[in-house]
Amino acid sequence: MTPQVLVDGLMSGALIGLGAIGVTLTYSILGFANFAHGEFISFGAYATLLVASGISALIVGSDQGIGALSISPAVIGASFIAMALTAGLALALDKILFSRLRGKSAAISIVMASFGASMAIRASLEFAFTSRPAYFSRDLEIARPIGFSLRATPDQIALLAVAAALLIGVHLLLTRTQIGRAMRAVSENPALARVAGVDVDATIRFVWAIGGALASASGVMLGLLVQIRPFMGFDLLLPLFAAAILGGIGSAPGAFAGALIIGLGEAITVQLAGSEWRAAFAFLVLIVVLVVRPTGLAGRPT
Amino acid sequence: MTFDLIGPIAYASFFLVLALVNALVCLGLNVQWGQTGLFNVGVVGFVAIGAYASALLTTPPSQGRLGGFALPILVGWLAAMVASGAVSAFVGAVTLRLRADYLAITTFGVAVVVQLVALNAQGLTGGAFGVAFIPRPFDSLASTPALYDLANLALIAIVVVVVYVALERLARSPWGRVLRAIREDERAAMALGKNPVRYRLQAFALGGALMGLAGAIGAHFIGFIAPENYTSSLTFQVWAMLIVGGSGNNLGAIIGAGLVWALWSASGLIIADLVPASFEARAAALRIIAIGVLLATMIVVRPRGLIGEKAMVSRHLDKE
Amino acid sequence: MSGRTPLLIVDKLVAGYEPDLPIVNGASINVAASEIIAVLGPNGAGKSTLIKAIAGLVPISGGSVTFAGHDVTLTPAHRLIGAGLAFTPQTENVFASLSVADNLKLAAGVLPKTHRADRIAAAYETFPDLARQRGLTAGRLSGGQRQMLAIARSLLVGPRALMLDEPSAGLSPKLVEMIFATLADIRQSGVAIVLVEQNTRAALALADRAYILVQGRNRHEGPARALTSDPMVAALYLGGVETEGAP
Repeated sequence: MTPQVLVDGLMSGALIGLGAIGVTLTYSILGFANFAHGEFISFGAYATLLVASGISALIVGSDQGIGALSISPAVIGASFIAMALTAGLALALDKILFSRLRGKSAAISIVMASFGASMAIRASLEFAFTSRPAYFSRDLEIARPIGFSLRATPDQIALLAVAAALLIGVHLLLTRTQIGRAMRAVSENPALARVAGVDVDATIRFVWAIGGALASASGVMLGLLVQIRPFMGFDLLLPLFAAAILGGIGSAPGAFAGALIIGLGEAITVQLAGSEWRAAFAFLVLIVVLVVRPTGLAGRPT
Repeated sequence: MTFDLIGPIAYASFFLVLALVNALVCLGLNVQWGQTGLFNVGVVGFVAIGAYASALLTTPPSQGRLGGFALPILVGWLAAMVASGAVSAFVGAVTLRLRADYLAITTFGVAVVVQLVALNAQGLTGGAFGVAFIPRPFDSLASTPALYDLANLALIAIVVVVVYVALERLARSPWGRVLRAIREDERAAMALGKNPVRYRLQAFALGGALMGLAGAIGAHFIGFIAPENYTSSLTFQVWAMLIVGGSGNNLGAIIGAGLVWALWSASGLIIADLVPASFEARAAALRIIAIGVLLATMIVVRPRGLIGEKAMVSRHLDKE
Repeated sequence: MSGRTPLLIVDKLVAGYEPDLPIVNGASINVAASEIIAVLGPNGAGKSTLIKAIAGLVPISGGSVTFAGHDVTLTPAHRLIGAGLAFTPQTENVFASLSVADNLKLAAGVLPKTHRADRIAAAYETFPDLARQRGLTAGRLSGGQRQMLAIARSLLVGPRALMLDEPSAGLSPKLVEMIFATLADIRQSGVAIVLVEQNTRAALALADRAYILVQGRNRHEGPARALTSDPMVAALYLGGVETEGAP
């Protein structure tokens, strides 16, 4: 095993973390595991791809990578639009599907509805873009030494910084702002939150928007580092759930810590057993957490 | 051989065998979801476990792969039920005392990991190439495909009927009544001294064992298995079958399986025949979209979840 | 009925979690500024459901709620606090996972931004115990401190009426005395108070008027002193005897 797993592990941990925060927030506030969250990731990546190609057709040269990065201004601009679009997708799904079931049916039928939605969105992406992988850039990047005998590509370093900034931003949002307090309040006790003057419906919409936007960011990063496929988000779903449960449902810092553990564990698994066994690690973590400490690292008893 | 008659018979029995295999999976899912309310998102994983377990035990010895014990087919079937039932029991033991979603997430994980093992554990599962030379019942008739298919059809029809009758009797037994009581009013059942977790666990393991049996029967009929036969779209299909047939209802599960399998096969034929090859993958995606939308719409249209067997329950109670 | 114009008028309210199963069945109450009314009755009489329905937490299927001259029957719960009608639930009335300060900051959200800090500072002045514990997670407060935080949170926005669901439940007699003394102070500042209580004697001692609910309807009402001395009321509701109203 080489120290290089640290770079790979941090990177995949950051990707998982961005998705897992959305999973943990919607889970704790709406009370169900959203199986369509993986599709938000894929949708964000494809939306970025589409918008970026539009931008580069309009603005000559905007598809050239910035400096040493393979990331172009077109992709950066498009990723913001895609975050808004994915937030819109999450809100639309809530409006046409989940909100109709809220409070009326058992939580498990909402899980099932999300499962159906997940299939439909994923197959729609397959229909529109086929299952052939797509790429933001054909440039081949070379990993450079970054000290401590570690190597990383400029893209990896830039994306790690972006992911860290996003995660810190979410943490500040949750702990320091009124909407953040409202989200935590709704997650603990929706009835009391209403009595305290919190507009629960608006808070739920905000949670969907945040979850969708972060998932989209995760999808763009995954697309930049690996490739874009209709199944990219679906394949990430198990690590997302495992990270959210490991961290303790409802805890954003917990989800992020869980994601880092799973990211590093996956990197080690890849080193020891080969990349084909990557997904098995998340399952192992899931089982161990459910057996040993189902409330997770930061979890409060439910 | 006259093709004008034999061909259609062979095709019809081939189609029916696979429909009945699906019906068996669907019956297993009905025990879990329809009768107990347990949400299994990894149906395909439990089917695959059964298929591989039976294949490993019954195939002739093979180089570079574990197993190949050339045991009788019936032993393979039993082993398939035990293997899938045991994995189900394990998953249930880990998750059933927790939130309902955790079972769903874990079964999803099982399907992912089973696919991973099937694809990569070459020494056990043959990897991407799968396992070939799985002994087929009535193999001596293989030279006459129509006869072979008909004989197999009869065999699996018997299995499905036996399972159906057994499940119906089970539903009316004290065990089935407790299961219903737990689902309708968990607290009242607990007050009567029934442990809901134990009953759910048994139901989940039973459903898993049936899925495993279906996997084994399918594997022995085709004679060959590979990871690509066990992708998540199978899970979706079985769910669509149960929903169309009406969950909670064993006969409905069988009819739903036949109906959805017919639609699925027919649309597959149409796509293969009429749709240009360049568009085939996309047309296949449309089928999945349709199932996903169906699944989500049914849940909204029938707000009491999909547990639509109220009439079934009262009918049982009337008879008692 | 006191001579003042009532601030909150609840007229023949019908409410319950399921439309065909009303728990409150035609109850009417009213309260004026600077007045304390007690809503009493046996277990299952619908007292709690009545104020939860007024607060917008239980669906209303008949009757009306008028607050400060406006019909608020169908106003969503989260708008009522901004309109000046506050409610303190019986249990789980603070956010246990939020700090004391965050509980108050959350409640201040309905105020204009410029007023928030001042109001929170004023709350700490009224409840110095909370000021000392402001960094603590509310789940770690003692029972009395929690009740104080719940009341402080309800009062933060300066409501004109405050409804409390059994504020004395589970507290020692000494703490009950303290809470009720606080309520008396609050009334002095002009706030109308609706008190749902199981602790009938203490409530009647504090309240100006009282209503006794049975099976979701008014059974008795009148000045608190008169009810205390009414032998039938005393026999039925002050002796802790379960009556035909309990399901």
